[in-house]
Amino acid sequence: MTEQEVHAHIFAELKKVAPECDPAELAPDANIREALDIDSFSFLRVLVGLHDATGVEIPESDYGKLSTLATMTGYLLAHLS
Amino acid sequence: MGEFRMPSLGADMETGKLVEWLVTPGQRVKRGDIVALVETQKGLFEIEVFEDGIMGEPLIAAGQTVPVGTVLARIDTGAAKAAAAEMRAEPVAGKASEPASTITPQKTAPQQQAISSERVACSPSARRLALELGVDLATVRGSGPHGAIQRSDIEAAAHATAQATAAPPEPKAAGIEPTAAQTTESRMRQAIAAAVSRANREIPHYYLATEIDLSRPLQWLEAENNKRSIRERILPVVLLLKATAKALRDVPQLNGFWLDDRLQVQSDIHIGFAIALRTGGLISPAIHHVDRLQLGELMQALADLIERTRVGRLRGSEVSNATVSVTNLGDRGVQTVFGVIYPPQVALIGLGKIGERPWAENGMLGVRRCVTATLAADHRATDGHQGALFLEALNRHLQKPEVL
Repeated sequence: MTEQEVHAHIFAELKKVAPECDPAELAPDANIREALDIDSFSFLRVLVGLHDATGVEIPESDYGKLSTLATMTGYLLAHLS
Repeated sequence: MGEFRMPSLGADMETGKLVEWLVTPGQRVKRGDIVALVETQKGLFEIEVFEDGIMGEPLIAAGQTVPVGTVLARIDTGAAKAAAAEMRAEPVAGKASEPASTITPQKTAPQQQAISSERVACSPSARRLALELGVDLATVRGSGPHGAIQRSDIEAAAHATAQATAAPPEPKAAGIEPTAAQTTESRMRQAIAAAVSRANREIPHYYLATEIDLSRPLQWLEAENNKRSIRERILPVVLLLKATAKALRDVPQLNGFWLDDRLQVQSDIHIGFAIALRTGGLISPAIHHVDRLQLGELMQALADLIERTRVGRLRGSEVSNATVSVTNLGDRGVQTVFGVIYPPQVALIGLGKIGERPWAENGMLGVRRCVTATLAADHRATDGHQGALFLEALNRHLQKPEVL
């Protein structure tokens, strides 16, 4: 899976919980939850969706490592099997 | 013979519009079946029946707006075994045999034109979208199975209308949509305004706050979540909700309604959980019997409720029968919530952000993860002493997460 494909998965999941947003405008280092006003339930839904799409296991203790677009992309790429 | 009435979907609701019948006369229904769609200021809701039986002829046609409590149809509850055909033969006051759905749709207000009284195959979410965008369902051709109208059809129709009506000198293509959205938003705002005005006018609130050390429950939860797949993991707010329900069992005076100048304690604990809508406004649908749900079940119930609230698929009972409310603003960094009670309820529990704080105990200073829990309560129904007992019970239950 390429970085672009990972991005596409992330954008798709973000669109599901925040339909009116344009994830492409998201700054790479912006806190996603703050920038898109996503609550903890919706954020968990995004992580579940990404787990389904990529197969990457995301333990709860790592949630904090996926808070921005850049770190989220990096985390998923590093843990892809 | 049972009666199916226009339900009250909130303290501020006086009338409701019967948008569509989802059952036909003579059809057998079970308690909990969704039989009609009703529109209020807060949106479109799926309405259930509370009895088993056979639906009679509708007394109110789709498209009509009637006061809360109006009988919409009768339900034969006694002779649930009786043949459906016999039921249809039963005379219904003033309606004769003419099918109610042939009543002429009003042609005047554009608001009423938005929904045709004819039966149109259309999902509630598409119907809601049509209302928001001001699209008349009768003019939309459905592309779904059996010609059912889907959200995409509504969007396409709204887009076509927007293009057709856009004045040439106005290059702003998106100009139409915000106006349509504003009306839903302003109606929602009016509904909220009515409820909170009544709360502030009638309810003498008192407020209590307490700091709760969550270190132990959160440690327990982290260990528990380690054993669970990502799909089954539980969020901290679920512990707080369950502990709230248990504390309400200890102090039942906070779980109920102030009606007819007296407190009417409710034995069921249905927590209204405030959910902000992305389009603005909020709805507090009820999670039923929170005290009886396992933590995993409660997490699923909450996730399901949030999802359905945001796509407009709530049931009538969920917006009408909460016995107490919880507002969680911790996600947005708020430390302390000073709530407004939703009448006729008598209490609202506010939850702030869970975060590290300095914590002094036994002469030692440490860093603990804490939350500020607040109680806004109706002083007509309870006194500060009972409120204090509740917050104490909330803390006590939270410190034993393994038995929550």
